[in-house]
Amino acid sequence: MAAASPNLRIALRFLTSRKRAMAMSLTCITLGVGLFVITRATTSGFEGLFIRTMLGTNGAIRIEEKTQDVVGVMQADTGGPQSSNFKISNLEDRKFIHGIEEPELLMAAVRHFQNVTGVAAVLTGSRRVRNSFNEENGQVFGVELDDFLQVSDLGSQIVAGSLQSFRETPMGLLVGQVMANRLKLSPGDTVLIDADDGAVRFRVSAIYETGVNEIDRQRVYLHLAEARSLLRRPTGASLLQINLRDKDRAPADAFFISRTLGYSAISWQQRERSWLEVFRALKLSTLLTVMLFSLIAGIAMFNTLAMIAMEKTREIAILRSMGYTRRDIAAIFLWQASLVLAVGSGLGCLLGVGGTWAIATLPVRIRGIFATDTFIVAWSGWHYVEAVVMAAIMVMLASLLPARRAARLEPGDVIRGSAQ
Amino acid sequence: MPPAPDPLALRCENLHRYLGGGEGRVHVLRGVSFAARRGEVCAIVGPSGCGKSTLLYQLGLLDRPDDGQIWINGEQMSGADDGLRTAARSRHVGFVFQFHFLLLEFTALENVMLPMRKLGRLAPAAMEARATELLTAVGLGDKVRRAAAHLSGGEQQRVAVARALANEPSAILADEPTGNLDAKNSDLVFELLTSLARRNGQAVVMVTHNPEMAARCDAVRPMRDGQFIP
Repeated sequence: MAAASPNLRIALRFLTSRKRAMAMSLTCITLGVGLFVITRATTSGFEGLFIRTMLGTNGAIRIEEKTQDVVGVMQADTGGPQSSNFKISNLEDRKFIHGIEEPELLMAAVRHFQNVTGVAAVLTGSRRVRNSFNEENGQVFGVELDDFLQVSDLGSQIVAGSLQSFRETPMGLLVGQVMANRLKLSPGDTVLIDADDGAVRFRVSAIYETGVNEIDRQRVYLHLAEARSLLRRPTGASLLQINLRDKDRAPADAFFISRTLGYSAISWQQRERSWLEVFRALKLSTLLTVMLFSLIAGIAMFNTLAMIAMEKTREIAILRSMGYTRRDIAAIFLWQASLVLAVGSGLGCLLGVGGTWAIATLPVRIRGIFATDTFIVAWSGWHYVEAVVMAAIMVMLASLLPARRAARLEPGDVIRGSAQ
Repeated sequence: MPPAPDPLALRCENLHRYLGGGEGRVHVLRGVSFAARRGEVCAIVGPSGCGKSTLLYQLGLLDRPDDGQIWINGEQMSGADDGLRTAARSRHVGFVFQFHFLLLEFTALENVMLPMRKLGRLAPAAMEARATELLTAVGLGDKVRRAAAHLSGGEQQRVAVARALANEPSAILADEPTGNLDAKNSDLVFELLTSLARRNGQAVVMVTHNPEMAARCDAVRPMRDGQFIP
């Protein structure tokens, strides 16, 4: 305190002279920052879980179709001396051929992309799955387990049985939690999957749960060789699922894979666009709500500083008579705002940490687009930075007017008693 | 060898000042010229509304003239910008008003140190020593750490005198400094102000309604209708 500037000293004293108003401003800023952090943590938490779930089930990029130019280039007749020399390129006019003809070759090519960490061929087909209790529409996923584990979170989605059992059982099957419940299946049980010429019996090696209702109800994983036999597809694959080191680069990687390999590669951002838009809209609406908190904090600050500016006109005039400049007077008010902002932001961040932690322990069971039994929150330092920046903008904007008003006071007018 | 200081701490020539607007516009100062010598105490007297305080604020650069010139320590100030005028107030002028205008959130010591902190000429320890010395000189050596709000009216005005002297200004401008005090305290404050200023070679310009006090000054300048009268 010994080395503090005179303006800071005066700001501190002015602040402490209006304890109640200052406590109100401090409370508003604390709540503004704290609620901002908590809201961002909860909305980002669910969005993050959704993205992790989608990446863990369907991968960062999928290749399902081959592209073929229908009208690639059309060149004009250049025979005669009068003819023009032009050509039309129409790369958008393409034909899509479903499926992958040479999955091994394509996988080898995809592995050359720097950001790719895994690629797996998947053979899919719709088949009825039944047992003595019930029957369900199933989506057969024929996979090479080790390849598929590199492009999904299947390893961590097992809720009963084991992947080792699946690995060791040629006729093994992985079934989703919802289908297992409907067919009353446990590891070790058998089910029949319809084939073109009858039905094939498989043994449940494990039950998985992704939290995505559609997947958990329909998808059954088989060994690729058994899927080929069941679906009568001795070669090729339905799709390639790709995992990336940097998931955010998926659109760029998908673009380059498409351009380079002649297959249509779809990034997770493109595939899940609808849900991501929902989360974006949700984030926007909550952002508007929390901005209101910051606005209230700003108004409280304005109110307090405006009161101080009105009450302290004589003190301001006397400071000006002693040689304090207009800038000093403005600085005194901005210091007051900064001090309240600093303390309020610190307390708000603590409130944010405590509130986020408390909310994370709240039990809430959600299934459908992801699976969770507790409130999901995202811990990110950026939420705190955003909250403090938002509060700083509001508080500083709110303090500019009182600061300017105080700085513009003419000391002679005030002392003469003709101010205001 | 530094040049000898100007014997005139402040001076003005042909000052004009209008206050108010429209039909209520009043010509408060009508071509006033005045000079204050170092070590001399000058009283400006006259009826209320004759322009005494307005002149004092003009001389102290708290207000701008509509016409005329002001010099402080030989430096032309009437056309100077706000920054230069504020700096000149800090270095060369000390004010004592009818109401003490102390910052009540601060102690007596801190109030006296406020102008010193702004000027920044002394180290913090030296500022504190000088403020203590000034407060002791005005008889408040035992109350330096007391909050200004907890001092009596006379004591508060004595702190205001100490504060006015803090930066060793060339001129002290006092606007009815004893107007709000009882006879005993009026006497005490007047004595302190004039004796300290004379001892330090500072000019004191005092606006007062009190004829006894005016009579004790080195010079008396009566004013009427915005002008000095012979």
